[in-house]
Amino acid sequence: MSLDLTRVTLTAPGASVPLFAPLSLHVPPGKVVSVMGASGIGKSTLLDLIGGHLAPGFRASGQVTLNGVDVLAEPAEARRIGLLFQDALLFGHLSVGDNLAFGLGRQIRGRAARRAAVETALAQAGLAGMAGRDPATLSGGQRARAALMRALLAEPLALLLDEPFSRLDAGLRDDIRNFVFAHARARAIPVLLVTHDAGDARAAGGPIIEL
Amino acid sequence: MKTEGRTLRWAVLALVLVGLVAPIVAGLAQTARAAFGLMPAIGAETLSFAPWRRLAGLPGFASSLLLTLVTGFGATLLALVLAAGAVAALYRAEGRLRGQRALAPLLAVPHAALAIGLAFVIAPSGWLVRGLGPWVTGWDRPPDLALVNDPWGGALILGLLLKEVPFLLLMMASALTQLPVRAELAVGRALGYGRAAVWARVILPQLYPLIRLPVYVVLAFSLSVVDMALILGPSNPPTLAVAVTRWFTAPDTALILPASAAALLQAVLVVVGIALWALAERVVAVLGRHWLRRGGRGRAGRIGLWLAPLTVAVLVLLAMAALLALVLWSLAWRWPYPQMLPDSWSLRVWADADAGWGRALRNSATIGLATTTLSLALAIAWLEAEDRTARSTARAAANTRSKTRSKTGEATRSTAFRTRWASALIWLPLLLPQIGFLYGLNVVFLRLGLSGGLAAVIWAQMLFVFPYVMIALTDPWRALDPRLIRTAAALGAGPTRRLIAVKLPLLARPLLTAAAVGFGVSVAQYLPTLFMGAGRIATLTTEAVTLASGADRRVVGVYAVLQAALPFAAYALALAGPDLHRHLRRRRHPSQPGAAPP
Repeated sequence: MSLDLTRVTLTAPGASVPLFAPLSLHVPPGKVVSVMGASGIGKSTLLDLIGGHLAPGFRASGQVTLNGVDVLAEPAEARRIGLLFQDALLFGHLSVGDNLAFGLGRQIRGRAARRAAVETALAQAGLAGMAGRDPATLSGGQRARAALMRALLAEPLALLLDEPFSRLDAGLRDDIRNFVFAHARARAIPVLLVTHDAGDARAAGGPIIEL
Repeated sequence: MKTEGRTLRWAVLALVLVGLVAPIVAGLAQTARAAFGLMPAIGAETLSFAPWRRLAGLPGFASSLLLTLVTGFGATLLALVLAAGAVAALYRAEGRLRGQRALAPLLAVPHAALAIGLAFVIAPSGWLVRGLGPWVTGWDRPPDLALVNDPWGGALILGLLLKEVPFLLLMMASALTQLPVRAELAVGRALGYGRAAVWARVILPQLYPLIRLPVYVVLAFSLSVVDMALILGPSNPPTLAVAVTRWFTAPDTALILPASAAALLQAVLVVVGIALWALAERVVAVLGRHWLRRGGRGRAGRIGLWLAPLTVAVLVLLAMAALLALVLWSLAWRWPYPQMLPDSWSLRVWADADAGWGRALRNSATIGLATTTLSLALAIAWLEAEDRTARSTARAAANTRSKTRSKTGEATRSTAFRTRWASALIWLPLLLPQIGFLYGLNVVFLRLGLSGGLAAVIWAQMLFVFPYVMIALTDPWRALDPRLIRTAAALGAGPTRRLIAVKLPLLARPLLTAAAVGFGVSVAQYLPTLFMGAGRIATLTTEAVTLASGADRRVVGVYAVLQAALPFAAYALALAGPDLHRHLRRRRHPSQPGAAPP
């Protein structure tokens, strides 16, 4: 299992010069590769390309493979690439538990089994008993952990992190970082992190690439 | 300064209560009294259920009731489903929809004009049948089919959709700016759900609460519309609102009591209809949650992503054809079946302004200008009073509404409550059926000696114009950067100067748009003009509706074209106004830096 980029470039709508020089990188399973760079250089756009969320007008070249399979031709929902943003983006119309159930794959059938899977994930995230809560009543750290569990329940083959720690205050930041990286390691998921915080990149413990 | 703000607030509140709420309450009360047999003016002085028994015995009453329910709920449900599907397919970014520019003009067209145009298009002798051609259909003369005024209300539902789908779509587009649509689409798709699935499961459930009131307005309107139902709906039996209007305006005064009972029933119908709809929302929410919990990544919704926008495109084309048909008929001289265009053209009806359209145009414009000016002044006073008493808290409430609810939610609860109470006042006239209280109000006006004059019509129309002006102006007003106002204050400008010299000029564009909206609403009003004008005040709308049933199409065409053109002209002025002003200013001060003409 690995995520590989080969000579990937991105060009903004109307621009003639690509945002960054052709980028190649290899993310082994369970490892975190950090991409750093000034804002506006195209870090988030790179994640959009890999995840399948590129805004209309952007042009891309190069190859993105996940476990040897080219993913660029597939629609986002078929790629099985999880996403975490700055905001946890828990859906406001669903309870915390239902947010997780939303991520949980179809293969777990039956109301009881699905509920048990959600409860287990909540317990792993230190959110036991909070299934019925409105996401808006959670703290920032709780929301971040719930968002990670929602992403993991969909059993992603890779995880993309778009500065997911930048909104958290310093004390919490370390906890959540370790929590996210530990889960990725435990499941042997390749992780690509974009950030402009050197602390995040160091904590990731993997290669750091400057765009 | 605080006390001054409070005085303004109380003055505005008093004005709204006396000017807008009291007439509705008085009208409803009068209708209710008459519904139970009390109307001294026509010698009815015993409290009884006789009017209800009489109503139940009136021919066609039961069918009218059923027809009203079918067309009202049918049109609303269809409009909502089509708009929801189309918004998912047409969404681009930042709340803009693809093709949004084609929708906005349809909002400006009065219902009656659109209905008349639609009738011209879909009638047996209309463009649709002509377009198919006799060689396809085998009809060498207009077929004897009830394509308009069909007994099931199909044409009426179609007409309602032409107005309601664009309305809901634009409401949805503006509400979508409050949701992180792009990010949630990405999250949903990363979890394995297709585009349509994410819209159905994530975006629309969060969007719906933001457009709930507009949906209720659409439901209330569909259940009680009169002008469109007169033109497109079945005539015998008609919908309940049309039947009530007929009974009220019948020469036989004995019908006034059962008509009042029916008007009250119409009001109850709308209130119960909204309550049922709200109940259905709960049921759908519970079922939807169970459906979501199963985690299905279903693909069935994908068909909606092209079917809904396709249907909406057909509706928009139909509406444009309707407007074009109005113009052509107003200019036609001879237009025999089955030709697509008139044989010969004539300006005869246009040339004869004295025949009636000149007076109707003047009346429509006068009433429109008066209601718009008064409504705009009241709206500005209301919003300014809100600013002076609770600017910071209102802003906090607006922020918490659009972003995630936070700890400040506690602190702003009292403000939010007041805002809800105040906005209930604004939405009230739009949620109650006009027929439910307008005739009763007219009786009150008669007793006060107000009926039959321009002032009575202007007052009655304001009940419906003010809410729309207020709704159009509130968001831009609240979005004004408070730092600009604080800067002006820091420079020594008092509250009045801040309003006149800073806020109003900054808000020139939204003010003009709100004025255009108000003017369009006024021009489109039918019942208030009909009842309060006591038949003496002819506007483009009352004339067009009256003529629509059977009069010369060329004459009807002229009235309908004018009725549609007035709001368009207002919108065009609103759009061009600020630019025109800037242009003139530049010419007056050519030496200004950067102001040289290109």
